[in-house]
Amino acid sequence: MTDLAVAAAGSLIQSIDWRAIAPPLTTAVVGLGVLVADLFLPARRKPLLGWVSVAGLVLALLSLLPLRHGARATFCFSTVAGATDNSACSYVADRFAVLFQLLVLGGALLVALISVHTVEKNRLPSGEYWFLLLSSAAGAALLPASRDLATLVVALEVTSLPAFALVGLRRDGRGGEAALKFFLSSVAATAVMLLGVSFVYAATGSLQLTRIAAALPGVPGQLKTLALVGAVLTLVGFAFKIAAVPFHFWVPDTYAGAPIAVAAYLSVVSKAAGLSGLALVAVVGFHPYGRTWGLALAVLAALTMTLGNAAALRQRSDAPYSAVRLLAWSSIAQAGYLLVPIAAAGYGSANGSDPLGATLAYALIYGVVNLGAFAVVSLVAGRIDDYRGMFAARPATALAMAFFLLSLAGLPPGVIGLFGKVVVFRAAVDAHLGWLAVVMALNVVVALYYYLAWTAKLFLPAAATEDASGARRVRSLPLPLPLAVCLGLAAVLGVVLSVAPQLVLQVASGSLFG
Amino acid sequence: MNAVLIALLLLPLVGAAATLVPGLFGPNEQTAGRRALYLGVAVTGGTLLLAIALAAGFDRGHSARTQAVTDVRWIPALNVRLHLGVDGISLPLLLLTALLTFLCAVYSVRRLPDGPDVPGPRGYTGLLLLLETGMLGTFAVLDLLLFFLAFEVVLIPMYFLIARWGGENRGPAASRFILYTLLGSAIMLLGFLLLGLDAGTFDMTALAQRHGSGLSHTTQILVVLAIGLGLAVKAPMWPFHSWLPDAHTAAPTTTGSVLLAGVLLKMGTYGFVRILLPSAPEGMTTLAPYLAAFAVVGIIYGSLACLALVRPGAKGDLKRLIAYSSVGHMGFVLLGIATLTPVGVNGALFANIAHGLITGLLFFLVGAIKDRYGSADLDRLAGAGAGAGAGAGTGAALYGRAPRLGGLLAFAAVASLGLPGLAGFWGELLAMFGSFQPAAGLSRPAYLVFMAFAGLGTLLTAAYLLSVVRRVCMGDPGDPRASAEPTTPRFADVQTYEFAAWTPLVALTLVAGLWPAVLLGLSIPAVRALLGGS
Repeated sequence: MTDLAVAAAGSLIQSIDWRAIAPPLTTAVVGLGVLVADLFLPARRKPLLGWVSVAGLVLALLSLLPLRHGARATFCFSTVAGATDNSACSYVADRFAVLFQLLVLGGALLVALISVHTVEKNRLPSGEYWFLLLSSAAGAALLPASRDLATLVVALEVTSLPAFALVGLRRDGRGGEAALKFFLSSVAATAVMLLGVSFVYAATGSLQLTRIAAALPGVPGQLKTLALVGAVLTLVGFAFKIAAVPFHFWVPDTYAGAPIAVAAYLSVVSKAAGLSGLALVAVVGFHPYGRTWGLALAVLAALTMTLGNAAALRQRSDAPYSAVRLLAWSSIAQAGYLLVPIAAAGYGSANGSDPLGATLAYALIYGVVNLGAFAVVSLVAGRIDDYRGMFAARPATALAMAFFLLSLAGLPPGVIGLFGKVVVFRAAVDAHLGWLAVVMALNVVVALYYYLAWTAKLFLPAAATEDASGARRVRSLPLPLPLAVCLGLAAVLGVVLSVAPQLVLQVASGSLFG
Repeated sequence: MNAVLIALLLLPLVGAAATLVPGLFGPNEQTAGRRALYLGVAVTGGTLLLAIALAAGFDRGHSARTQAVTDVRWIPALNVRLHLGVDGISLPLLLLTALLTFLCAVYSVRRLPDGPDVPGPRGYTGLLLLLETGMLGTFAVLDLLLFFLAFEVVLIPMYFLIARWGGENRGPAASRFILYTLLGSAIMLLGFLLLGLDAGTFDMTALAQRHGSGLSHTTQILVVLAIGLGLAVKAPMWPFHSWLPDAHTAAPTTTGSVLLAGVLLKMGTYGFVRILLPSAPEGMTTLAPYLAAFAVVGIIYGSLACLALVRPGAKGDLKRLIAYSSVGHMGFVLLGIATLTPVGVNGALFANIAHGLITGLLFFLVGAIKDRYGSADLDRLAGAGAGAGAGAGTGAALYGRAPRLGGLLAFAAVASLGLPGLAGFWGELLAMFGSFQPAAGLSRPAYLVFMAFAGLGTLLTAAYLLSVVRRVCMGDPGDPRASAEPTTPRFADVQTYEFAAWTPLVALTLVAGLWPAVLLGLSIPAVRALLGGS
């Protein structure tokens, strides 16, 4: 408290490092600009908004470039002497933050490319759509750089609130139901998290993550339980965001009810943001409780991947919306894999490499290939059975889809998916979480079955009878330009990373913070 | 030299990529397919030539040393290096792989499965070449994670080859193949990571030089269990063999069965010799008796299964029988490895190559027979169960209808049962010989019992293979129509392309049988180095 007082006495005006906050700021400003521009654009010019948003996201990505080297911090508390104290800043653009921003903004860019097609096809109101998408992306970009609980909660809400509206934008019965389900469960999770944050604040007297970590071991005896409960409740909020079991039940219905681009957004960008928040709170904030949340997250990871895969396995390929639903369940399972290194971080690493790097590397890989798969799904949609004969109709798209699916499964030729799993396994083995590694290994095998079944469908000849209508639909649609760009980007990235995995796996070595 | 090895791995990969280029083979579907098949022959032929060049340039005087070495950084973050090289253990397997793939490609030009639901030859060629890349890679890499990568590369092409070009019941067989193997290899990856992280390196040569020093006993046992499970599924070791009969039976003859039996199974046993023997010797010493016991059960089980299939009236499938016989033969290989002696391991490596040659030939022959009869049902082939209806049975046996084919089948069968003077003899003899005097630290009485059972296994093997020859080549005795059925047409005997594909295998079976030193001379120094110079 004294720090705050002194800071106020010293200088009321903080100097802001604009370059550090440029990525989320650019996104937000472009979002506002799009909303305003929507008022003045004639209806036939509305598609322009999409391309403006795409350009804005590219700009935000470019603004990450100057942040490559060295950490920058801003919104810091001043010490008594008046000098800024870099250990207690609310916004830090270190390696962790910048890489997550790369994932979030890059993911948003691919989603935007898919959206250009989705907005047009579903006749969504474009001004609102692009504003909401960019706002949510701005929140998601802010989240990994936040270093205090208040900023984290605000960033998380900025990410979530536009997402509810995006899910409901389709304005049909299913979209409304999906949005409501998503909204109610999310709000409940936020309430729980806020309660947790308040407990932690009460016990430690600070909202700064580093200070919480410093204060936790010295919490007085009668407040120990309060601090622990607070920590658990805070983590629950983030676990909801990444759809970890048992907070996953909203996912399949929400994905199936939302426009496909929004489902893609939820599965990658919003999930990555939640993941970064979870990692920050757990690893930086609640560091002293490492063993406790390490075990809890390990169990959560095991449950999440097992349940996600089991449900994906049961998904019938001829049910309506089965393609999106399968991706929804598989994204739950993938969230389980992503949790493994965070759990391992709780146990500490034997050889000095940061386990969180494995999560980040895997999330980057997952983002690329999952968005690629969603791009194909947004073209075809419908049931998995509709993908029969795709290779005959459009070979390039089918090959790309096969590559994405096999990368998700982690089998060559999707080499990058394989190495992504290898780094996650390595984190688990390194932390002596042998049982979790075995559970994950079994899950990888189970997951292969449904990914492979889908891949095999692509190469089957189109069925002669009633399924022919689906296949014909696949053939008759031309590949729209933005989707082609998105597919091409994802495929080229995937192939380049398969040949040179070091590009992304270097994230998994070395320290992320500081 | 290292350029040759790199080219050997890259050439099939480039060929596979070329089949994806649209419009490369011309607009006409029919001619494009033919051209793709010729491309397959050209690429696999080029690969074989490169492999022969590699063998010619190999310094036989120093076969324990890794030669044609390439060692560059690939993924520093994971400590993965592109470390390639060959020695006396991997060179024969590389040659075998290149040869069998080439023969398959030649054979496929004429006999590619065709049908309304079967895709064109273009995809087939691409998958075959991708498969070859993975197989060659497995034997050429010297880095654990790279080995794992190569091990996985073969899965997808083989899955599609079985699932799309296979015979009856191909879908479930293909799924079972890939799920079993992947389950094993996922656990194997954990073993690799445990080994690599504990030892601080993923480099196989470095691990081999250390001979497990610095690894605790518990770690070694865990490593052997995890890696051994993955390799045992692939090998296959009883009781993890149950994917094999279905996969072999359903796989298309022209690549599936031949390469599956001839090369893919070897990847498992090669892993035991290359990785587990030198890297975790203590763990191997502890677990070797169990491995040997499972191997012996596999020998007996495989031969009993074959005997059951060959009985008259059992409706046994000849392809399935050969598949089960592989379980028995690979049991000998595993027994040889489990003795942990130079004699046994050399025998295992020899039996590996011999099995690749002989079983490859057998699957080719069975495929040819199946094409001619339209069935591989032993009862039909033997002319029994013909019933009263005209034309229901196929009548006369193979000797009467296609004597050369029959002769080749008899040759392959006696080679498989281990007749002295043919390739099958030495490996199994040495494996049992190693079992007679196992390495220090292993219980000799137990190994004597294993040896006795393995000996019984050779008898049973002889029994079923001779029954096969008797029934298929000569027909069932007591069937009057075996000699007197003039109405059944004679079908074509061995064709030119078949001769072309089979002659090298026959010749090599003879060479390896009469002059075993050509192989043993390569492997003996290398095995001595792997086992720690004892």
